[in-house]
Amino acid sequence: MYAIFVLIIISLIVAIGFLVTFVWAVKNNQYEDDYTPSVRILFDDEVKKDTAKEE
Amino acid sequence: MEQQTFYYDNKIVRLFGGATILWGVVGVLVGLLIALQLAFPVMNFDIAWLTFGRLRPLHTNAIIFAFVGNGIFTSVYYSMQRLLKTRMYSDLLGRIHFWGWQLIIVAAALTLPFGYTEGKEYAELIWPIDIAVAVIWLVFGWNMLATLAIRRVRHIYVAIWFYISTFVTITVLWVVNNLSLPYDWLGSYSVYAGVQDALVQWWYGHNAVAFFLTTPMLGMMYYFYQKQQIVLFILINYLSFTFGH
Repeated sequence: MYAIFVLIIISLIVAIGFLVTFVWAVKNNQYEDDYTPSVRILFDDEVKKDTAKEE
Repeated sequence: MEQQTFYYDNKIVRLFGGATILWGVVGVLVGLLIALQLAFPVMNFDIAWLTFGRLRPLHTNAIIFAFVGNGIFTSVYYSMQRLLKTRMYSDLLGRIHFWGWQLIIVAAALTLPFGYTEGKEYAELIWPIDIAVAVIWLVFGWNMLATLAIRRVRHIYVAIWFYISTFVTITVLWVVNNLSLPYDWLGSYSVYAGVQDALVQWWYGHNAVAFFLTTPMLGMMYYFYQKQQIVLFILINYLSFTFGH
């Protein structure tokens, strides 16, 4: 049965890690604006024609 | 406001995109051959390394890790740069990631058909290749998280959260399930025995479906689907602003 405890512990560590990250994200105001990010991604940056070595 | 000029690394996107198509075709053709073998046993050609048991893991690994894997990397390298308004952290890490991953796929094609396997479904690769996958995967994660650190946009778009979850969980799943004791360069025994091994194997297997075949696709969809729908999107917003408020 020992393997299941290994898996539970590892899964909990990952889950707690993401919970901490989520709390960070909220405190970082990542969720403050729930409209702009969805629109911002639609606009891409200008490509300069003369130096188009974008590669 | 200061105007900044920077360039995206589109070459790495093209490399991964090309690899996706190439391995996709190869993986499907191997799948077609083994499917035909089920109906027409003569298609085994009496050659050991062309038989179903040898080629089936090659087919699944090619589709999952070569086709889907390269597809994930294509979309990560394309969308991360545009979402974060920055070039990837390191061109060199990107190249190591690309060529390392292709080398792993070639190594898989040179071992699985000849019977070198750990015998765990979707984790058949022998231990030296397992380690190579882990190292290259960490290079990918390093490049991704470092890019996040140098971003020009404060907000981390939802697609990127899906990419991060993919990286973290696959690292854990891969390492835990592949822990084994080598007896030579080509073979090893799992550190788990019997039912313990089965438990760990399918903890890996099912979660790998979730975090290799699902979360990265959701990340892709949250980016590319919106971009595809831009016209409809603008129209809906126009309508809701005009008539909805």
